[in-house]
Amino acid sequence: MNSALIIIFIVMILSIFLGIRAKKGKDMDLEQWTVGGRGFGTIFVFLLMAGEIYTTFTFLGGSGWAYGKGGPTYYIIGYGCLAYIMSYFLLPKIWSYAKEKKLLSQSDFFVSKYKSPSLGILVSLVGVVAMIPYFVLQLKGLGIIVSEASYGTISPAAAIWIGLAVVTVYVMVSGIHGSAWTAVAKDILILVVVLFLGIYLPIHYYGGIQPMFEAVDQAKPGFLALPDTGMSPSWFASTVLLTALGFYMWPHTFGSIYSAQTAKVFRKNAIFMPIYQLVLLFVFFAGFAAILQVPGLAGPEADLSLLRISIQTFDPWVVGVIGAAGILTALVPGSMILMAAATLLARNVYQAVRPSVSDAEVSKIARYLVPVVALIAVFFTFKGGNTLVTLLLMGYSLVTQLFPSLICSLLKKNFVTKQGAFAGILVGVATVTYVSITGATVGTMLPFLPQAIKDMNVGIIAMVINLIVLAIVSLATKNVSVTTAKTKTVS
Amino acid sequence: MNVNGLMRILAAIPFVGILIGVYFVNRVTPYLFGMPFLLSYCVIWVVLTSVIMTVIYFIDPKNKEGAAE
Repeated sequence: MNSALIIIFIVMILSIFLGIRAKKGKDMDLEQWTVGGRGFGTIFVFLLMAGEIYTTFTFLGGSGWAYGKGGPTYYIIGYGCLAYIMSYFLLPKIWSYAKEKKLLSQSDFFVSKYKSPSLGILVSLVGVVAMIPYFVLQLKGLGIIVSEASYGTISPAAAIWIGLAVVTVYVMVSGIHGSAWTAVAKDILILVVVLFLGIYLPIHYYGGIQPMFEAVDQAKPGFLALPDTGMSPSWFASTVLLTALGFYMWPHTFGSIYSAQTAKVFRKNAIFMPIYQLVLLFVFFAGFAAILQVPGLAGPEADLSLLRISIQTFDPWVVGVIGAAGILTALVPGSMILMAAATLLARNVYQAVRPSVSDAEVSKIARYLVPVVALIAVFFTFKGGNTLVTLLLMGYSLVTQLFPSLICSLLKKNFVTKQGAFAGILVGVATVTYVSITGATVGTMLPFLPQAIKDMNVGIIAMVINLIVLAIVSLATKNVSVTTAKTKTVS
Repeated sequence: MNVNGLMRILAAIPFVGILIGVYFVNRVTPYLFGMPFLLSYCVIWVVLTSVIMTVIYFIDPKNKEGAAE
């Protein structure tokens, strides 16, 4: 066993310890388990939400994109900004409504606003289907990190099983309290690692950050900006916008909104969240530094660039620290996803179908569903193959379809009916699925349009169809539900 | 202009800067802060967003001491 592995195992054990200890002195009913008794202050909420930015996808994928795609990578720091601006205005509204109605999950919000348990079932299923590939991605990342950092002595499969066991145990015991404490350890470690790599590698190999970019630009002219077609400025703008809209629509992110103690937490966080993203810059720097130092990683292998250049540069113990940070970026979002999926299935699907079930039982079922969801994800991790990025993008587009009916439900006079919301989401999701499976783009569907429109993110089409159907069905069913609409506007 | 209107206008600025601005700044040179121009443009907007959100936070009556949530 080398020193890299020893460090990785110490961190894993530490995260189990932190995760289980977090339960101390708390009576774990569903409200404590899934939304921390609505008692989290600025720092915990900040870290839980920041967990969304620093997943293995950004750690490996961010550097991988910088390595393989160049300029288009910059979109990752663009969408967060816009999402945080919206968060200032939206999250306090969502939070206070959720607190007043004692909501526990994202689907609860739709059920309560639209007075429709069936809409809750639809939203839950969309959420779970979208989250599974997201979780699979974290597991795959975890496998890559451990097997690379162990210099091949531990197989990715073994690493995935170990990581999964860790996460399942602490989620079952401590719920969101476990995630919050691991998030603290994660953010401290990742901050140190990323700043170090992003500054040291360019200086060590190129003598500075600008010399590094100049060397890359000379080797690959234009690589550091956006191409004229394909991932062009139109692609950039539409992707930033869509991703920003979808940002808070993930069930686990939406659920963490409920964990805050006051609404002020979100308004304060909206100041610091944008600037905190600049840490990602240093992830990009590491990826750019790898371009000329570890050339030849093609396609999905680009995701290995950060680890490969680290192995080439540092002693094993440094690689161990980097690997440990990477593992925590998988465990925190992974635990949030597991918990959110289990809560949705137990509360908004099972209890919706069988309303006679008691809350205590739902709480128990939610916890037993954690290992079940985990095993389903493992199945897809080993069966999934190369279609993972497709699945992730599909997941993002799927949850974004929830945005129109959510935003309308916050209006003082919501014209959207439950039928309208249901139909809009359903059609949007169907469009996303069709587009993802057939690989259609705006260009292939509407070839007569100018290139600038063809390059737009295909999710825009699903969103437009969603909105049209939502409006038409809402107008058609307006008289049916006019009474419920009236009672709703009071809030 | 009332405070709410001002807050909305302030909040809209980064949307314009990022979503529309990108069409005009898609270039590698000149290097700014050691980074390609497009990247440094994004970084400037990240910082400006934080600044704008600070201004909004302080002019928003909801954040005044003792304001009801």
